[in-house]
Amino acid sequence: MKSATLSTWILRAYIAIVLLFVFAPLLASLVFSFNSDRFPSLPLGEFTTHWYQAVWNNDAVPEALRNSVIVSLSSALLGTFIGFCTAYTDYRYQFRGKSLYLGLALLPPTIPLVIMGLAMLAWLSRAGLSGTLFAIIIAHTVLCAPFAMALIRLRLQQIDPNLEAAAWNLGASEWRTMRSVILPFTRPSIIAALCLTAAVSFDEFAVAWFVSGLNKTVPVVILEILQGNVDPQINAIGTFVFLVSITLVVITQLIVMKQNKRHRHGR
Amino acid sequence: MADDLVVFDGVEKHFGAFTAVRSLDLSIQSGEFVALMGPSGCGKTTTLRMLAGLDTPSAGEIRLNGERINELPAHHRQTPMVWQSLALFPFLNVRENVEFGLKMQNVDPAMRKSRAMDWLDRMEIVQFADRHIDQLSGGQRQRVALARALVTEPSILLLDEPLSALDANLVIRMQGVLTRLQRSLGITFIYVTHSQSEAFAMADRVVIMNEGEIAQVGSSRDIYRNPANQFVAEFVGRNNIISGTVHAAAGDIGQHGETVPTGCIEISADAGVFQVSCGSGEPAKGSAATFVVGADLASVTTAEPADGNKLQATVISEEFVGAVVTLFLETADAVEFKVQLQQRELDKLAVEAGSSLWVSWDTSSAHLIEQR
Repeated sequence: MKSATLSTWILRAYIAIVLLFVFAPLLASLVFSFNSDRFPSLPLGEFTTHWYQAVWNNDAVPEALRNSVIVSLSSALLGTFIGFCTAYTDYRYQFRGKSLYLGLALLPPTIPLVIMGLAMLAWLSRAGLSGTLFAIIIAHTVLCAPFAMALIRLRLQQIDPNLEAAAWNLGASEWRTMRSVILPFTRPSIIAALCLTAAVSFDEFAVAWFVSGLNKTVPVVILEILQGNVDPQINAIGTFVFLVSITLVVITQLIVMKQNKRHRHGR
Repeated sequence: MADDLVVFDGVEKHFGAFTAVRSLDLSIQSGEFVALMGPSGCGKTTTLRMLAGLDTPSAGEIRLNGERINELPAHHRQTPMVWQSLALFPFLNVRENVEFGLKMQNVDPAMRKSRAMDWLDRMEIVQFADRHIDQLSGGQRQRVALARALVTEPSILLLDEPLSALDANLVIRMQGVLTRLQRSLGITFIYVTHSQSEAFAMADRVVIMNEGEIAQVGSSRDIYRNPANQFVAEFVGRNNIISGTVHAAAGDIGQHGETVPTGCIEISADAGVFQVSCGSGEPAKGSAATFVVGADLASVTTAEPADGNKLQATVISEEFVGAVVTLFLETADAVEFKVQLQQRELDKLAVEAGSSLWVSWDTSSAHLIEQR
């Protein structure tokens, strides 16, 4: 009994250390973004919102923020749509080469981002799209779709296999069934997928850097400021980007947890 | 023929190399309560799904109201189904679930609501109208599923093992609900089940299926008393199946030196020589024959009966189901025999495992079945 408690405490401590390790840099960034000293050092200087004001007045940042919002919303919508179609195809149909199809659908996140970025640059410049917002949207859609698919597929696996047939049986055509059964059933996972893919796109740097040209997104601008000099503005931007992303990811998590809980109750 | 609501005409269904249903011919009349019964994989559910348009026949024709429906999409058929899993929509409340079929028919919202509420009232669950599906008990969900299927006033209702998830007491209650509902609506119910107690208790006609084919069609009593073949005899249970060869035909001198009466034959089997009533189709002398004796039609005595069909056997075990006891016996030649009797009859005999008893039955209680 005693050893069990001991191992429980060791595991708890272990998790706390891991979390600390992961969040310490983010926490440092948050703290230093309100610090008056130019260089991140201890002891801290005075509390200031100067760096946030500097960001606000920096021309490059609002422009990048606008780009980031457009790109992440568009690629979230497109990626979720494609992800939904892929997941539904997997749920509904059996066909030859299905595992290959699934493998390809889930492949993009496993490709190193630098290679992905280069490939996208080569391909999009041939298509004459390089350097446009479209280019970033296309590239991010490719990156986002697998995440959306994974989330929606998880939800579709919980569906009663007779639910669609029950709707047909009650007089609903295939399209009507899609609208009045499949979409309402998968709605939580669709919302979760939208949040997650928006976060993925909002954060993504490497591919965006390759294909963005003059239309920079927030992460690209951060790197450019960082390359010039060490400027606490990046702490301010970083904190802001982190808050946006973590909010979206937490929403995703809450939705997924709620749907799993309800599913277990439903059984 | 005019009354035939549903006709299966030589219907087959193959899934790759597997044949789920083969050359099925079955007519179902308007207002009939038909049960499709058989072990799992016998094709009963596939038959139902083909009628609902969820599976397409590989061959043959299905007619509904005299019209071929093989190619008619499921959503145009108006053959609502109550599913084994119930398949209620988890994102809709009780009333919205019931309204679903009406909504698909584009009935206006006010009408939809009042018809749904009528059905919820009829199923005695109107107080749960605004509840979420997962806030209901199994029996209540069952009623929602029934209301949802019946709200569009169909002429036929398909039921796929609807009671299999309920506990025994509730099953009996729901059987009552279903039978009353079918009588009062006067519509056709096609009920798929593997449970003979459900099929026998409710159906006007029972269709027993085995390996994709119909093994027997008849009333509960027909099937229970006159199983057509060994499969049905075994599936229905409580039947003693005895195989042998025809030893003497009607009019011949039998084993015991008496003339075999008209309409009877004498069969010689491992367990002895028995007289069996055989109706018109009298098998030739010397040919193989199999007959059944219902376990509840045989009686047991401690003393040897003077004459008639009898065999001596040892008690192996007893099985109690309420007031009825099934005795499992075995003869000296290791032939098993079951006898079902009332608890109070058994008490008089004072038997225990290993006791030796005489089993006897009337010739009229033994029926010939089809030879495999």
